[in-house]
Amino acid sequence: MEKTKTHASQHPLRLKISNLNFFYGPKQAVFGLSLDIPINRITALIGPSGCGKSTFLRTLNRMNETIRHTRVEGEVLLDGQDIHAMDVVGLRRRVGMVFQRPNPFPKSIYDNVAYGLRINGFSGRLDDLVEHSLRRAALWEEVKDYLKKSAFALSGGQQQRLCIARALAVDPEVLLLDEPCSALDPVTTAKIEELMFQLKDSCTMAIVTHNMQQAARASDFTAFMLDGKLIEHSETPKLFTTPSDPRTEAYITGRFG
Amino acid sequence: MSAAATTIAHEAPPQSGPRAFIRRLTRGDELAHLITLVFAAGILLLTSMIVYELWINSHLSRTKFGWDFFWTRIWDPNFDNFGAAPFIYGTLVTSAVALIIAVPLGLASAIFLSELAPRKISDGVSFLIDLLAAVPSVIYGLLGIFIVVPLMRTTLGPMLIHSVGNVPYIGALFRGPNYGVGFLTAGIVLAIMVVPYIISVSREVLLTVPREQREAALAMGATRWESTWQVVVPWARTGIMGSIFLALARALGETMAVTMVIGNAARINPSLLGPGDTIASTIANQFTEATGDLYLSALIELGLVLFLITFILNGLARILIVLTERGGGHPS
Amino acid sequence: MSSPRLMWRKSLNHVMLSLTGVAAFGVVSILFLILGYLMWNGGASLSWSFFTQLPKPVGEVGGGMANAIVGSLKLLLLAAVMGLPVGLLAGVYLAEFGGNTFSFIIRYTADLLNGVPSIVIGIFAYSIAVLPVKHFSTLAGGVALGIMVIPITVRSTEEFLRAVPGSLREAAMALGASKWKTIATVVLPAASGGILTGMLLALARVAGETAPLLFTAFSNRFWSQGWGQPIASLPVMIYTYAIAPYDDWHRQAWAAGLVLLGLVLLSNLGARYILARTKVV
Repeated sequence: MEKTKTHASQHPLRLKISNLNFFYGPKQAVFGLSLDIPINRITALIGPSGCGKSTFLRTLNRMNETIRHTRVEGEVLLDGQDIHAMDVVGLRRRVGMVFQRPNPFPKSIYDNVAYGLRINGFSGRLDDLVEHSLRRAALWEEVKDYLKKSAFALSGGQQQRLCIARALAVDPEVLLLDEPCSALDPVTTAKIEELMFQLKDSCTMAIVTHNMQQAARASDFTAFMLDGKLIEHSETPKLFTTPSDPRTEAYITGRFG
Repeated sequence: MSAAATTIAHEAPPQSGPRAFIRRLTRGDELAHLITLVFAAGILLLTSMIVYELWINSHLSRTKFGWDFFWTRIWDPNFDNFGAAPFIYGTLVTSAVALIIAVPLGLASAIFLSELAPRKISDGVSFLIDLLAAVPSVIYGLLGIFIVVPLMRTTLGPMLIHSVGNVPYIGALFRGPNYGVGFLTAGIVLAIMVVPYIISVSREVLLTVPREQREAALAMGATRWESTWQVVVPWARTGIMGSIFLALARALGETMAVTMVIGNAARINPSLLGPGDTIASTIANQFTEATGDLYLSALIELGLVLFLITFILNGLARILIVLTERGGGHPS
Repeated sequence: MSSPRLMWRKSLNHVMLSLTGVAAFGVVSILFLILGYLMWNGGASLSWSFFTQLPKPVGEVGGGMANAIVGSLKLLLLAAVMGLPVGLLAGVYLAEFGGNTFSFIIRYTADLLNGVPSIVIGIFAYSIAVLPVKHFSTLAGGVALGIMVIPITVRSTEEFLRAVPGSLREAAMALGASKWKTIATVVLPAASGGILTGMLLALARVAGETAPLLFTAFSNRFWSQGWGQPIASLPVMIYTYAIAPYDDWHRQAWAAGLVLLGLVLLSNLGARYILARTKVV
């Protein structure tokens, strides 16, 4: 266990999670989880359904606080600052999220991307910022002539890329992706994985996925979770070829989950 | 990048400048919560004020007449003697007539719409019936005066007097001078007004009955009607009861259409063809003519009585409808 | 299985099922009867003078209901200003900040208020707006109608706000929007179609109310100045003219009835049309 942890922590870290416990009311969902998320790398979270990976992801931008009767213990540091000590609105500007199903607002494509900018009071030319985000999300060429059209006019894959553009618009340091491709077809999925690869240099990403091939393809580090606990965390090639823990091996080889 | 495991300490985003901004943001949430809460509480305040005002302004009458108000049959403004019995009678009778007409009519229509009609026709007709519910009361009154009243006077009334009027006991309901206005006319107009409520709620409830229920009956050789009447309707009976309560509550409070066709006489008349008054129609007719504080107070006490009746009925209706939803329409 | 019994059951089946059809047909035809009668009797009396002239003195033939039409509009304006914001904000509270016993009580009270007969609301408006100043006024009528608008608006606002999917709220919050900003910039706009139609339907409903106006706004043979004088309204005019003994007044009552019904039905149809078109997500 010690060996695997130092691999990730040898990189400069954007997020450091220490001994995280999470409760839905009386029921505990995450047990003593400690994880390092390196800067400008993609960290994948894998594990069987119900292992707590989405719950854990949502603690990183405190989205679980929108659910009643939840409780968090432990420490999450963003660039050395405790996220529970800072203002949650400011946190969410720095740590963005893309959801499982595309959820664009019932507004135009332009207004969707500009939304985060507008509410956070960004200065500068909105048009330029919108274009920049759409380019980063590899969507600009497809929509540049239709910016005023409703976001619902786009296909599922385009909508998800729009949601990525919308999240990127506020220039977050971290982007959390909660099974972003599960509602999309393989071709679109490949497009989004490529997009993530291009974003890596400017953005730290943590992606929850139930698709192991995706984790193996697209990520630099992988963390395997089971029943709310972190079982193994190491560089992706190593975890998938020579896992240290027998449970990891069982999961990867398809014996369960 | 040192070899030791460290996190990079980025520049903290400016907390001091926008710290005030941030505080304003969170205060914005609390402010929004507060403002909307105040308006929501305002509804509670408003309703309490209504009860309070009704109570206070009926004080004179309540203290003078006490409980006798409910069964005194005299309503005499000239001698400051006020009793609500004729109007309670009128309210109950007109509502009863309305329900006797509207429930079979409404339930039958609802059955047709939910069981027999193809979905499109059912939706279309349902829509038209909802429009009926939107017609203002005074327009029903208009039609009542110029269509139903003459009809009653020339055709329906005489017909009833000559046929049922001679039957012992029940015949007493259909006697006497017939001017077209009266309890029966008001009841008919009321029935037309409340039938849309019975239809729309009953139809919805009937549509939620699981198809397995119908199929079980049909598979045993029941006719369509038998399966509907003996299985489907009983399943939905709580919801249908709820719709009847709602219709009743509406009928009790109905003012204008009734005022225009009931004949306006403060009497308990055993004949349905005779004139009378309901609580609501009395208030409507006499409020602006009320001379003297006691007179006004008595009218307001009538308003209080009406409020209480509809309050209780609506509460019961709501319980019934909730029971239906909870049990999934299952007859308890 | 005795054959006569089977035949009896079958014929009963046919008879009863046909009766249900007759009932439904009968109820629907009442609607057309109403419309037909109003158009027949009222259409003939509709003229330019109906919309532009004031009522003539008792017994004189002719005149119109211009003041009543304007009066109804003024009362509706007051009702909208007083009642719609309360209904809207209370609905926002129930949908966005609710979930406890308090909001259950509020919801129950709003339903209760909805069931209160309009004449009782009229009594209340009388006691707080007419008694203290000892005269009827447009304001008092507006208060009565405004109160009636509230429960309908609360219900529909809450319903349409709840219909907005949670994923939209999450998306906004994940971008750093605070709760009230999420409500104001995402949830309310998404629900706006339904909320507006709810408001329109509420106004259409109170536009036809007569009873609460009988002793608040009362009536007026002339133009009503400002907000402190009694004012004529379409429903009250219909009532007054219908029960009077003059044929000419009866004709005008039909015409007014047609105008009123036309407005109410058009609003209802318009509202449903808008609702069908602006489906959320």
